[in-house]
Amino acid sequence: MKRVTVRYFALFREHAGISEETLELDVETARDVFEQTRVRHGSSEPQGHCKVAINDEIADWSAPVNDGDTVLLFPPVAGG
Amino acid sequence: MTAIPYCFSRRSPAADVLEITAQPIDPATLRESLADPGAGGFCVFEGWVRDRNEGRAVRRLEYEAYEPVAIAEGERVIAEARLRFPFIGARCVHRVGMLEIGELAVWVGVTAAHRDEAFKACRYVIDEIKVRLPIWKKEHYVDGDSGWVNCERCARHGAE
Repeated sequence: MKRVTVRYFALFREHAGISEETLELDVETARDVFEQTRVRHGSSEPQGHCKVAINDEIADWSAPVNDGDTVLLFPPVAGG
Repeated sequence: MTAIPYCFSRRSPAADVLEITAQPIDPATLRESLADPGAGGFCVFEGWVRDRNEGRAVRRLEYEAYEPVAIAEGERVIAEARLRFPFIGARCVHRVGMLEIGELAVWVGVTAAHRDEAFKACRYVIDEIKVRLPIWKKEHYVDGDSGWVNCERCARHGAE
């Protein structure tokens, strides 16, 4: 198990009702974090439409998540 | 303080940066900050808050950004544009918070020796910013509903 802080933004924050939480998760990759928190962030969005960052660096969904990392889950973006 | 003539002012050390601000964007100041004696052209894109989207009347827009990643990724975009289309200076500012119809949401300005690089770099920066930066836009409709743009489930959720 890894201690991971998960931060939710925009739609995901509204669905989770919180902006972040620290969880004990059995995860290897960023994708695992997305899947295991899917109920919390209320997403039926395809993961491919979303983005992820680990410790403030944009990451691939296959990027490894380590104990103590902060994983940022970004719903579909819409700047401009 | 003596005003520096527009055409001779030096390039701002703020060139090639992206900023996120909760304050109204002032295009005149931004334009002046890019002035450079070697620039033969200046191209700007301004994104404005529109009163309709996909057939729905919009009352206002709410922007949210995650600044540390938005700034880093935005400056990466500008650096990529510089490699592709050698320009002199580029700046981008994106608003966050609640914006009214007609307000300036995003400003991208590029100076270059010639217009081609200015147009192309400006286009590259705004196109990439829209799809890569962690910035979200919530539409507040005239009928009282609201919805996050580009998120279908949320649009339906808001309509329920």
